[in-house]
Amino acid sequence: MVQNDRNSPDVIAPPLAGAVGVSDTVATAPCHRARMTAGESGLLQADTVNQTDATRSDPTLWLLAVRDQRDRAAFLLLFEHFAPRLKAMLLRGGLRDGSAEDVVQDVMLAVWHKAAQFDPHRAEASAWIYRIARNRHIDLARRKAPPEPDLLVEPEGAEPDAAQIMALGQEAALLRRALGAMSPDQARVLEQAYFEDLPHSRISEMTGLPLGTIKSRIRLGLERLRRDLNELRQP
Amino acid sequence: MTAITHHLPDALLDAYVTGNLPHAFAVVVAAHLSLCDACRARSEAAEMIGGALLDRIAPAAMRAGAQDRLLAALDRAPPPSVPIAASGIFPAPVMQALGGRPPGWRMLGGGIRQHILSADSEGSLRLLYIPPGRAVPEHSHGGLELTLVLQGSFSDSAGRFGPGDVETAHDDIDHQPVAGPEGPCICLAATDAPLRFRAMIPRLLQPLFRI
Ligand SMILES: [Zn+2]
Repeated sequence: MVQNDRNSPDVIAPPLAGAVGVSDTVATAPCHRARMTAGESGLLQADTVNQTDATRSDPTLWLLAVRDQRDRAAFLLLFEHFAPRLKAMLLRGGLRDGSAEDVVQDVMLAVWHKAAQFDPHRAEASAWIYRIARNRHIDLARRKAPPEPDLLVEPEGAEPDAAQIMALGQEAALLRRALGAMSPDQARVLEQAYFEDLPHSRISEMTGLPLGTIKSRIRLGLERLRRDLNELRQP
Repeated sequence: MTAITHHLPDALLDAYVTGNLPHAFAVVVAAHLSLCDACRARSEAAEMIGGALLDRIAPAAMRAGAQDRLLAALDRAPPPSVPIAASGIFPAPVMQALGGRPPGWRMLGGGIRQHILSADSEGSLRLLYIPPGRAVPEHSHGGLELTLVLQGSFSDSAGRFGPGDVETAHDDIDHQPVAGPEGPCICLAATDAPLRFRAMIPRLLQPLFRI
């Protein structure tokens, strides 16, 4: 994690204090984000700014500002972006309008309180928030919290790895393109599985979708990250 | 710990990530993810699809005042939560299913013990303790059975399963796992149909024993 020599030898990651994604918007940010990042120190090198900005979605930057600075302006941006989408997702999942609103409130509150658990090496804001919403919905529907794996704790002294974060953002961009290129039928199967109830016996239909390559690329990147972290843990 | 060689099938992992797995199976999946970095990475990749779909869903407008209501709630302290953590060979999701207490084993005969964690119409979840070298009585089941080794090992026609390994058995396969000689085998098993142990207990008594 300390070195950034894989894949992107041209990327230099200076030691950052906590926030890795936020500061890199300064050069090109519209004013609301410039305000949000005022006072940030330890900026990324200029040549990484544009690459990172192009591949990293804004909500992840907002979530990092919430995590590291408890930034309410950034939290409002998250709310404006995600609340109507979460509501749409929950309505598709069968909730009535009022319940969907309540669950959105719960989910956004959890985003505020659990932001410290967000790790930009392993997830984008949208995936992390999707998981919180899905779990909250299951919890309500079954009156039983869904089981989650042990929390991964970053080993002490692990520096934010700009290359890994950027690589994840690039894979996410590829994933969005692949989703955009899917036929309506294929997209429907995915949306049904992720937003509604698709019996687990039917989930295997998803493996036939043209997402396998991009999925395994993401997986390989995340696996490599775990390996590096484990080496850091057991020197 | 030796390397994990038997992983979760794609369909099960996707069903877990999308919230489409019955509780008993979800606990086994979450326990495996706690032990297996490779499958954790696969699950995170699958979650990324959920995030991308969430990003592109057509938004549904929130009611007026929703934002103010949320902002007013930010300063209230979050509800206190004391998460139950992993302990010994049991990952956090198993300890949670155990309610934070060590298992209370019940004898099944032949030195085999079990602790039923949950049983409902969707499936059952239990811990099994098998003495070294002992065979689990021959059984078949009408559905899916997912078994995760937490300690020791067992072997059957599908291979050897050590700590962290999961076996997925379908339908009417008769299999007879035998615990390895190195020590007692403890595993976590979920099924979506009642198990029928042929050798030990007559069919009629099964509802009483919930096995
Ligand atoms: Zn695995």
